Amino acid sequence: MEILQIADKIKEKFPEEILDIKEFRGQVSVLLKKGKILEICRYLHDQTDLSFNYLADVCGVDYLGKKENRFEVVYHLYSIKHRHAIRLKAEVSGDNPAIHSVVSIWAGANWHEREAHDMYGIVFQGHPDLRRILMPDDWDGFPLKKDYPLKGTEKEWPGFTDVLDRAKRFSEFDWKG
Amino acid sequence: MEDIEKAFETKEMTISMGPQHPATHGVLRLVLNLNGENIVKCTPYVGYLHRGIEKLGENRTYLSALPLTDRLDYISSMNANVGYVLAVEKLFGIEAPERAKFIRTMVSEMGRISSHIVWLGTHVLDIGATTPLLYSFREREAILDLFEMLCGARLTVSYPRVGGVRNDVSQEFIDRLYAFALDFPSKVDDYETLVTENRVWKKRTVGVGVISAEEAINWGLTGPTLRGSGVDYDIRKYVPYDAYDKVEFKVATGKNGDCYDRYLVRMEEMRQSSRIIKQCIEKLPAGAVMADSPKNTLPPKDLVLKDMEHLIQQFILITKGPAVPEGEVYVSTEVPKGELGYYFVSDGTGKPYRMRLRSPSFVHASVLPRLSEGGMIADLIANIGTIDIVLGECDR
Repeated sequence: MEILQIADKIKEKFPEEILDIKEFRGQVSVLLKKGKILEICRYLHDQTDLSFNYLADVCGVDYLGKKENRFEVVYHLYSIKHRHAIRLKAEVSGDNPAIHSVVSIWAGANWHEREAHDMYGIVFQGHPDLRRILMPDDWDGFPLKKDYPLKGTEKEWPGFTDVLDRAKRFSEFDWKG
Repeated sequence: MEDIEKAFETKEMTISMGPQHPATHGVLRLVLNLNGENIVKCTPYVGYLHRGIEKLGENRTYLSALPLTDRLDYISSMNANVGYVLAVEKLFGIEAPERAKFIRTMVSEMGRISSHIVWLGTHVLDIGATTPLLYSFREREAILDLFEMLCGARLTVSYPRVGGVRNDVSQEFIDRLYAFALDFPSKVDDYETLVTENRVWKKRTVGVGVISAEEAINWGLTGPTLRGSGVDYDIRKYVPYDAYDKVEFKVATGKNGDCYDRYLVRMEEMRQSSRIIKQCIEKLPAGAVMADSPKNTLPPKDLVLKDMEHLIQQFILITKGPAVPEGEVYVSTEVPKGELGYYFVSDGTGKPYRMRLRSPSFVHASVLPRLSEGGMIADLIANIGTIDIVLGECDR
């Protein structure tokens, strides 16, 4: 099936939810409202002539100051059976960054969503184990946000100062005595 | 056994395996809840090697972020480079010349062999066979020498360029690579005599870490780890890039989805890779190795030193960045570990607005609990080896 046809099919089924369909370099992205993301994904996964059985990637994008809704959660879907791909983008507001988790459909979404949570602070509702993944648990801030400085914040991470303290204490310790 | 369990009170134990543990292939930490030797729960912790490559990429121009991708999968950096330049080329809307495409296909397959060889050596070493490691590193050395001959670097190559490759290949390089490609399948046979029918090896891998085709797809597994379950999803065949549609090769698949089948798939892939290298050399067309697109590809260095136009071109590309249309692309390539995807969001400036890396190791590490829970610790070691993760790529 042509990719644009798939996009039209989603539009037919969920006319209220689709905000925009764009094609660039032969790839189609569908911009959605976040409300029915779980239903839409379920539909794309289960429908036999679509059968998007493989979720390649989930990631966040921060459009600080560029768009009304600050974040977008981007899903890259692929169907190994029919060999077609589509990109879904769900708008998530900056004040209340929350969206439904799709782990119940694709188990592989688990860590991708945890990473988006870790990097952008987006909350995935219904996620079985939403913890930070790449950054330490007590890290302050979300590194991939556009307003997070490249060199990090002034304040050192407590885990690091802890190591420095300990190294200092050991260097002063009288090992021979 | 039950009598013993009744007579003695057993207690569940929690131990931390890693982050410094030889069998975890890098800084992966697993917290295991154990009942004797049986794993009740396995919780992986990653991120020890997180360097923020995505954030760094957003602060560099498209052309200067390439060396960052070397540091993803440092065993096969060539493949990560090729994926990166393909994604950027797609975004720019340019295409590399035919000769460059063949060269890139050839060097990606060299990267695949060198990665699979390291995987073979370390994986069987984890399980207890020390001999193959020594043999496999002999062949890896040959490939690294060839890389050095090609571009001066052995591991962090940065050889492909947006719009082609950095320099043309020499005749001496071609001759040596061809000899290697002819000879290599017999080396794979040698490894197989050591391992494939070995009784201990079979006991340790057959029926261990089984995952069905459907479930493997659902978990997002790719590469040999998925093909071991019998799914022939290979991006080189499904969405051919570079010169993969012009060479013949077979996609190896397994049946049972256990460690043993994944091992067989990778062994077969090495043979196919040498087949592809051979064909690439035979079919290598003549011509340029860089696309002629002055707005977004670097000029040849010797011209930069000689005339004004090229100097200005280089200056603008380095300081301001290339000319990029607004838009977004997701391009994935088949790297030795699986599907490495690059997602770029461009806002029309010389730097990517968002650079996202979909790394196979990250996904494969997430499936460890699914493969290992309910099994023994010894099987966990086999499972870590068989999913073939590199933590540099996992943590980015």
